[in-house]
Amino acid sequence: MGKNNTGFSWLLKMAWRDGKASYGKLLLFVFSITLGVAAVVSVHSFSRLLKENIASQSKALLGADYVIESNKPVNDRVMGIMDSLGGADAREINFSSMAAFPGHDGTKLVEVRGVDDGFPFYGELETKPVSAADDFGTGKALVDATTMLQFNLKVGDSIKLGAVTLPIGGALENVPGSTSVFGAIAPPVLIPFRYIEATGLVQTGSRIDYKYYFQSDEGQDLTLLNETLEPVLDAEDADLDTHLSEARRLGRRYENFGKFLNLVGFIALLLGCVGIASGMGIYVQMKVKSIAVLKCLGATKRQSYLIFFVQIACMGIIGGLLGTTLAYFLQQLFPLLLGDLLPVEVGITLSFQSIVLGISLGLAMSILFALYPLMRTLYVSPLQTLRVVQEPQSRSKWATTAVGLGIVLFVFCFSLWLLGDLMRSLFFVLGLLVVFLVLTGIARLFMGMLKKFFPHSWSFIPRQSLRNLFRPQNQTLVLVLSIGIGTFLISTLYFTKDMLLEKAAIEDRANSANMILMDIQSQQVEAVSHTIEASGIPVIDKIPIVTMRVATLNGKPVEAIRKDTTSQVSRWILNHEFRVTYRDSLIQSEQITEGEWIGKVDSDTNVPISVSNSFAEMAKVTVGDPVVFNVQGRLMNTIVKSVREVDWNRLQPNFSVVFPAGVLEKAPQFGVMTTRTKDDLGSAQLQQQLVAQFPNVSILDLKRILNLLEDILGKIGWVINFMAFFSIFVGVAVLMGAIYSSKHQRVKQSALLRTLGAQGRQILQMIAIEYAILGFLGAFMGVVLAVLASSLLAYMLFDTAFAPSWIPFAIILPAITLLVFALGVGNSIEVIRNSPLSVLKKEKE
Amino acid sequence: MSKILKVQNLSKTYRSGEHDLNVLNNVSFEVSRGETFAIVGPSGSGKTTLLGLCAGLDTTDAGEIWLCDRNLFDLDEDGRARLRNENVGFVFQDFQLLPTLTALENVIVPLELRGIRNASEQGRELLVKVGLEDRSGHYPSQLSGGEQQRVALARAFANKPSILFADEPTGNLDDETGTKIENLLFELNKEQGTALVIVTHDLDLAQKTDKSIRLRSGKIEETVG
Repeated sequence: MGKNNTGFSWLLKMAWRDGKASYGKLLLFVFSITLGVAAVVSVHSFSRLLKENIASQSKALLGADYVIESNKPVNDRVMGIMDSLGGADAREINFSSMAAFPGHDGTKLVEVRGVDDGFPFYGELETKPVSAADDFGTGKALVDATTMLQFNLKVGDSIKLGAVTLPIGGALENVPGSTSVFGAIAPPVLIPFRYIEATGLVQTGSRIDYKYYFQSDEGQDLTLLNETLEPVLDAEDADLDTHLSEARRLGRRYENFGKFLNLVGFIALLLGCVGIASGMGIYVQMKVKSIAVLKCLGATKRQSYLIFFVQIACMGIIGGLLGTTLAYFLQQLFPLLLGDLLPVEVGITLSFQSIVLGISLGLAMSILFALYPLMRTLYVSPLQTLRVVQEPQSRSKWATTAVGLGIVLFVFCFSLWLLGDLMRSLFFVLGLLVVFLVLTGIARLFMGMLKKFFPHSWSFIPRQSLRNLFRPQNQTLVLVLSIGIGTFLISTLYFTKDMLLEKAAIEDRANSANMILMDIQSQQVEAVSHTIEASGIPVIDKIPIVTMRVATLNGKPVEAIRKDTTSQVSRWILNHEFRVTYRDSLIQSEQITEGEWIGKVDSDTNVPISVSNSFAEMAKVTVGDPVVFNVQGRLMNTIVKSVREVDWNRLQPNFSVVFPAGVLEKAPQFGVMTTRTKDDLGSAQLQQQLVAQFPNVSILDLKRILNLLEDILGKIGWVINFMAFFSIFVGVAVLMGAIYSSKHQRVKQSALLRTLGAQGRQILQMIAIEYAILGFLGAFMGVVLAVLASSLLAYMLFDTAFAPSWIPFAIILPAITLLVFALGVGNSIEVIRNSPLSVLKKEKE
Repeated sequence: MSKILKVQNLSKTYRSGEHDLNVLNNVSFEVSRGETFAIVGPSGSGKTTLLGLCAGLDTTDAGEIWLCDRNLFDLDEDGRARLRNENVGFVFQDFQLLPTLTALENVIVPLELRGIRNASEQGRELLVKVGLEDRSGHYPSQLSGGEQQRVALARAFANKPSILFADEPTGNLDDETGTKIENLLFELNKEQGTALVIVTHDLDLAQKTDKSIRLRSGKIEETVG
């Protein structure tokens, strides 16, 4: 007896023959894979393209090959280094300041950038009119285009910056070195470098950046230059950034967001695969007789298994290809959704890498998730052709475990590839497992409880509906899973966004400041205070600020720590110029976690200070450790007496280091004041008055920042919601697949019921109740899990109390229930259209 | 005449809930090559179980079955499948055509399983023999019961089997169509020298065979011929 001689081509042929007759069901599986793959590939490809575009446009983003910058005037040593590099090709001094527009009402916080003519060397100043960029050196200012529109400014109008008034040469649409997010708070104004001094705005306490731009020689190794000069410049409180490091930094900022979106897309794909697993289960059930016949005719177990394996593999490949194509079109939407949050224009292309990713993902996921239901084909007895045979209850435990482990391992590896972080990947997989297990547990518990406490006294229709929820091959588990996960995602994202906005809004609602005045010189404090109070507005806080640097930590000088390669102390601590305040009490945004708060002292020896926990962590100090500060030339010995936890998210001045009252009062200082204006008009009037009298004072309108934050979160939320809705789309596809797959069974059941006298209306009622329960259970569990997850996030990440918004309960929950109900009933109408005789006859045939 | 099927002391027990059900008890018989053989008996007498065991669709509890000189006990499931593919044909009461395959595709499955290249050509010839050449592209759901059974017959004879097992081949058909199928079955048996083992309630059909056994409660009650 020889082997049977079929090859792969026969398997393909059989898979095709069988598939073309079942294409409706298979198409729904393909649809699920397509949507899932599209979600992952679109985000992944877009992130990659964004990174590539940032890298290719890095010079234009910086405007030069490299820049040396410092937040204080550079010393002779740094000058010497720059001279050895051939001298800077362009200089820039920039700071935030209030701008007024003579002849127009209103003032605005702007980022003043005084730059040498010739900058940028790469990219360009995009202005309107275009000639304004060329005329820049003649002594005109270029003002951010949105600000021009906002104040109805025209070319030829004036802008007043401190003591200088310059004609406006044109509207600035894009300039290297200005980010759109910061630009929305303080839009850029470019003025020729030579006017900076004359503004009179470079004063004590002003936060000023000094930049020196360089063009490199051809072939110059910028990485090597960076490695060589970085430690030297570091010691002089200066920094070197090349266009390459700038691109990396910018890339990283968007990478995290991309990674998060990738996970959202991946969940959509997983959801699709759960649908495939469930759909395949029903599909294989329907094929049992055919498999038995094939075995009867001489097909081996392997052959009958492989026919369906080939089918699912082909579906995976087709789904992967279609998903990649859909991803290409979806990517075109991202720039529209994200708008000016993107640092560069992204050209969308369909890359070979995306195609490979899409196909491999479609193939791997569909095969992995179909393996378990496909195993059933191995256990189908050929005896099924003669009579109904009970299949063995349990499949091979080894194979089942291997498939389960394979799925978890693949999901973990893919997450690791997406996130590049072992712990985060582990948490992601664990979190996912918990959500899957909870939803599975709830679905099973629900079915068990229903069986145990079945309401036998109810009337026939609701009883029959409830029975459908736990009958063999029911859809309860798969629908609760898919609806639950989709709802969970959308609700969690909603709660998180809400939490961020709510947290900011609390500050706005309470009787706290909505305007912060910065850079007030000590001699101006009384006058500024008087101006505010004269407008009938209270001064809420007067915060004195003294700048200082760390000189020694635990007795070790900063220089020695820098040279110590084993030191864990952060460079930021060693280089940063700290803005320190002094006061006698704690404020709302802080609380002591270690040590004891000391609010007032009489002597300046071993001053008891309080540091934030992030300072303590980065400086590697704790309560009792000595720290010496260099307070503008004078060394001051302090002891860390307490460590505070500071809520930096609050829109109010917070400090890493706080001195007690009684020590710094006589040190050179400047001030910050906070106030609360009644309305927009009052705010505008006060700003105008202050700018006119105190041009060096910068004003932060918190309401504007809140609006901006809302706008940014809104845009990001759009993209996240867009991806989360993919999960719902996939859920809908899974739902339709489940409904379609079980239609045969429903048609038969309905025909039998109608033969026994049930009316079409009654059958529809049964179906309607069943789907309403399934929709509600899935969506409700999704929202409940989202509340739990958001509470965890609130506790662990945002450190705030979480009060769930009513919107997911009042809108998302009923909307999803209604969607499931409508899809279920809509797809089942055909069930009652068939005449009972035709169904039963067909069944007999 | 050499024996194509030898059944010796065959017993089979199924578990039904808490109880064991003795379906076949010490059954022995032989079928020669080219011979026609009927298994008759009332419902529940064990006819279909016996047919399934003889064809290697299930395993025995006791006794031996030699099919085409191979002891089925020595073969695993895949081995029995290969033996069926090379030597056995089937006709079922409810036709058992693959619903997703056309009439022609159904007929050529056994040939394709053997790796035969011109399977479609042979399949068409078989459909001509059963008078369905114009229905080759139709799916089972588009054929009448009689037509489906003719396709099943064509499939059963496709691999020129040494033995054909038929389970109530006319049970689902009206008298006229049933008679046509019976005639076709015997014609093909004569033409190809295939042994026929038929399970039937129909005593008229049983009388047309060379030999028959009557089962009652899992035991052979009577042997004819």
